[in-house]
Amino acid sequence: MATNSEPLIRASSVDLRIGRTQILSHVDMTVGSGEIVTLVGPNGAGKSSLVRVILGLLAPSGGEVWRKPGLRVGYLPQTLSVDPVLPMTVRRLLALAGTGSATKVLAEVGADDLTERALQDLSGGEFQRVMLARALLRDPGLLVLDEPLRGIDLGGQLALYDLIGHLRRDRGIGVLMVSHDLHIVMAATDRVVCLNQHVCCSGAPEAVSRSPEYAALFGAAAARHLAVYAHEHDHAHDLHGHVVKKSEAAAGQ
Amino acid sequence: MTIDDFLVRALVAGIGVAVVAAPLGCFVVWRRMAYFGATLAHSALFGVALGLVLGFDLTLGVAVSSVAVTLIVVLFQRQKLIGGDTLLGILAHSGLAIGLVVLSFLRGVRVDLMAYLFGDVLAVTPMDIAWIYGGGALALGTLALIWRPLLALTLHEELARAEGVPALRVQIAFMLTLAVAVAIAMKVVGVLLIVSLLIIPAAAVRGLSRTPEQMAILAAAVGAVSVVGGLFASLRWDTPSGPSIVVVATLVFVIGLAVSAVRQRA
Repeated sequence: MATNSEPLIRASSVDLRIGRTQILSHVDMTVGSGEIVTLVGPNGAGKSSLVRVILGLLAPSGGEVWRKPGLRVGYLPQTLSVDPVLPMTVRRLLALAGTGSATKVLAEVGADDLTERALQDLSGGEFQRVMLARALLRDPGLLVLDEPLRGIDLGGQLALYDLIGHLRRDRGIGVLMVSHDLHIVMAATDRVVCLNQHVCCSGAPEAVSRSPEYAALFGAAAARHLAVYAHEHDHAHDLHGHVVKKSEAAAGQ
Repeated sequence: MTIDDFLVRALVAGIGVAVVAAPLGCFVVWRRMAYFGATLAHSALFGVALGLVLGFDLTLGVAVSSVAVTLIVVLFQRQKLIGGDTLLGILAHSGLAIGLVVLSFLRGVRVDLMAYLFGDVLAVTPMDIAWIYGGGALALGTLALIWRPLLALTLHEELARAEGVPALRVQIAFMLTLAVAVAIAMKVVGVLLIVSLLIIPAAAVRGLSRTPEQMAILAAAVGAVSVVGGLFASLRWDTPSGPSIVVVATLVFVIGLAVSAVRQRA
């Protein structure tokens, strides 16, 4: 966490059971102002569930979620479109969302040319920018993005990474991002939390901007934005994701 | 003079209902609740029977049964063993069937069943008009109050809830508003055709609208035009009024489809 960062939201020992299935167990997590925290983990690790608990959409079965009083949360759900049966232009969407200047937030996310477009005609990347602009209209202290990169091409992903980094710097907001990808996380991420039902580990990501594989794959400029998180486990997981000792997992294979 | 009177009353009642039904119908279309609307409408016959048996105003009877259906649907949303569409089907047809059975017991009262099923707008009384405009003002007023949060929920429910929209309260308010609209629309088009006044005008103008508000206003206009056209067709060719209104609305829908198809190609 950044040293001068003030906590915005704190999950303490959060448990979540749905039916008989344990989704989350004893999860501790904090996001502070001006800090970017990325939540990574395999499919079904409970990343989205944790986000929903933090947003207050799901009540935890145990533990608690503390929010800084008066904290406004901007949320970018895992959606890249809206149902076309509902007519909606970008301008109208923003007017319905809040009282701030739509022009200003659209410029901030680099989408000022989309004002008159219908939501249904936007590409995935354009849609995400517009939804981000909508979230910014509410002047949030914390921005929560659930897999913001899914369904967006690589160029769009990098641009969005960049944009989120800028927003953090310019507005000083805390950012909680979910990523499905264990290896590629943003270089600007301050902390990575690896979740697999419980918090496996968390810490600063290791920069790999000079890694030749990434440079070769994405180009040198792009590689500067990418980092790999060295995943150090003091334990292993079996096929069901249950925690086992390393020796047991090795013996089972 | 009397011919003019009943025609004027029919127009006033029909246009009032159409203008109230259209914006609500837009949400029915956007939220894919057409089957819920049909359930409210069909079970309204139970409300009619209730009103006749207990001797109070039929519109009030329908309002009571619609509210009851709404609350049952909301309560059953929590369980998962019976699907939502199954539950709606059961409520719709049991309501209709119970209503028909109860009406058959009322031998002393002359019941014009066709009027309830398909509407009899040419027979509306000043009292009916008072109900339509009173209930209509209540419904539109409520809709105006919940417009923004309901639209946010329609756009993306989780997002709206994360932003603090009281989802359940807004949804229940909308469903109750819809119940009121069904109660006042029954007089004009009857329980079997109410849904058409909700969804056909809205669907007709989707291709011509860029914003939700535009769609609501255009739908209201289409609804009003359908009522006027249907009533005149009904007088001219002596066709049943409720179905005539729906036929005109359907024609407008087809024309709307054609216009937006031509526009898209241009």
